[in-house]
Amino acid sequence: MTVDVTKTPTEVAEASRTEPRRRRTRGIMADGRPRSVTSIVTMVVLCVLWTLPTVGLLVTSLRDRDAQAETGWWTALWNGGWTFDNYRGVFDSADIGTSLLNSVIVAVPATVIPIMFAAFAAYAFSFMDFRGKDVLFIAIVAVMVVPIQVAFQPLLNLFGPNGLGISGQFIGVWILHTGFGMPLAIYTLRNYMATLPKTVIESAKIDGATHFQTFWRLIVPMSVPVIAAFAILQFLWVWNDLLIAKLFLSTDNATVIVKLQGLLGAQGQGTEFLPAGAFISMVIPMIVFFTLQRFFVRGLTSGAVKG
Amino acid sequence: MSTRTQDPELTGTDPGHEGPGIGARETEAAVPTKILVGLVGMVVVGWFVANASLAFAYYPGWFADSKVLIGILALVVGVGGAYFFFYFLNQFVEGLPGRISRGLMPYAFLAPGYALIGLMLLYPTIQTINYSFANADATAYVGLENYRTVLGSQEFRSAILNNVLWLVIVPAVTVFFGVVIAVLADKLSTRGEKVSKSVIFLPMAISFVGASTIWLLVYQYDPANEDATGLLNAAWRALGGEPQSWLQNSGLRLNSLLMMVILVWLQVGFAMILLSSAIKGVPEDTIEAARIDGASELQIFFRVVVPQIKGTIITVFITVVILVLKVFDIVYVLTDGRDKTQVIANLFFAKLFRDSQSGQASAIVVVLLLAVTPVLIYQVRHFRREEMGR
Repeated sequence: MTVDVTKTPTEVAEASRTEPRRRRTRGIMADGRPRSVTSIVTMVVLCVLWTLPTVGLLVTSLRDRDAQAETGWWTALWNGGWTFDNYRGVFDSADIGTSLLNSVIVAVPATVIPIMFAAFAAYAFSFMDFRGKDVLFIAIVAVMVVPIQVAFQPLLNLFGPNGLGISGQFIGVWILHTGFGMPLAIYTLRNYMATLPKTVIESAKIDGATHFQTFWRLIVPMSVPVIAAFAILQFLWVWNDLLIAKLFLSTDNATVIVKLQGLLGAQGQGTEFLPAGAFISMVIPMIVFFTLQRFFVRGLTSGAVKG
Repeated sequence: MSTRTQDPELTGTDPGHEGPGIGARETEAAVPTKILVGLVGMVVVGWFVANASLAFAYYPGWFADSKVLIGILALVVGVGGAYFFFYFLNQFVEGLPGRISRGLMPYAFLAPGYALIGLMLLYPTIQTINYSFANADATAYVGLENYRTVLGSQEFRSAILNNVLWLVIVPAVTVFFGVVIAVLADKLSTRGEKVSKSVIFLPMAISFVGASTIWLLVYQYDPANEDATGLLNAAWRALGGEPQSWLQNSGLRLNSLLMMVILVWLQVGFAMILLSSAIKGVPEDTIEAARIDGASELQIFFRVVVPQIKGTIITVFITVVILVLKVFDIVYVLTDGRDKTQVIANLFFAKLFRDSQSGQASAIVVVLLLAVTPVLIYQVRHFRREEMGR
């Protein structure tokens, strides 16, 4: 127990009375905490570094082919070359509109269906007693780690023309994303449901509700935060996925990410569309992300992933 | 749905009260109509969903060839199908005699999810292990031949080395930045904290392919007699360097390191959010006590804060490790393993589709599986410890 000799007892007492987050201060913030200049400067620098690449993409996407090839995007203010043609081009000649639609068709059911499956399982783990409960749940924890690459060859065969014949179709991809998302979904939902008060369930039982009713009328509404959080995570994952979409969807059904990967590999004519295409592919996930960020953060930090 | 309102006279009997489950039916006899409705319902739902999906795929003409219409219908059929399947499954189990019903209900709730896990993860894992002992088109067993070929190849050893580099560098750097940003953001004003966190968090919404496109622009190469269009070369030239073709420069595995930057850029936001909430959860009085004892800010951080957020640090670390083990998109899109940047997941893809060596590809996945096994064991142990503390 060393005593700080630079502080007189009164100083210490005073400091602890006035919310002493940091002693060396230049100014006090509105909430009474001292302002830390080092933090402000470092964070501004980091934020600029983090945003700059994306800004570069946006600016580049708004410049014509020659400008893109000849001058850096940061010179666009004085070198010019601004145009919307890339966006027009990526819709007209690269048909990115269809791939956007395909992405929505893939992503929405592939987000909703796993949640429904997982919520039932999570309910069973949280509120029912049965034999093998521990073993079954530990199996979930274990398969969460299994790389999805194991699935490609067997499932390409199973879904292919010699099997179910659904390779290339949306349904195959829904099933795949539902299956691959399932372990994390069950794990996440169960961790949250385990924190719900058991008394609520008990009173539902006394009122004579069946499990099915309790699930829909009580547990689902109470689990909205974690359902929203997982939904966002799964939506982003499905929307941004390249591997499954590339392997299991036909060209007509290709998602926007697969389309973008095609643009990336293209040489010569049309390379100027690439930044515009990339930006378009990012718009919807970003909107989803920003409008629902609150849920996401809350779900992520409360029980979704436990510390 | 609500059986109880239909037969209120049963309320008096009350044996279900002591039973294991809540809301278990209080009659012991089977209800044949429910069993029948449930069974028939499940079959009909299954049949309908399967046929509707096939119709979407093979007869788009029935739906006026409209993708939008098919999409909406598919959503309704998929989600509605899942709902009604559970509904009828529940009817079926509820209809069974009381004891069986109570015992079976948990498994009924688990069955659809576990069936999918079995089909999508367990069956393929076993099958892949099986394929790894077979030849290129899986027509005959060749023993350990694939493993010999794979383990002996230069390309594979290079991939392993790179994966190890990714594993050593990316999780550590991500956690480092996550902690630094979480700590610094905590010292900003509420508004500043919110804005800066959103900015750092934003890349989480971006796909690996999109991020690769973004960073391809940053790493763009132009010869010395032209203007630089890539940010990195512009900065490098400003410092007096020669323009570099960064992604082809394998000296000190620089190109791999530059691709790792992309993954770090994407993942720091996730790390920061979790760590930030952990740091905010550290009780103020423990910090205060250390401060009164005269500890410096750094000492407080390492001796007081870090021990209390260790659990979260490990969680974040493991999550990033799992991600890194499977890293594929960035390498596939940017270099496809050229210039000594190969990684296991990309090598697998190349073997399977470029070289049509399905046996060797399977052997590579099995190696990947073995590589994640320690993480898997750790996860399970960690989980068990945590459950005991619940």
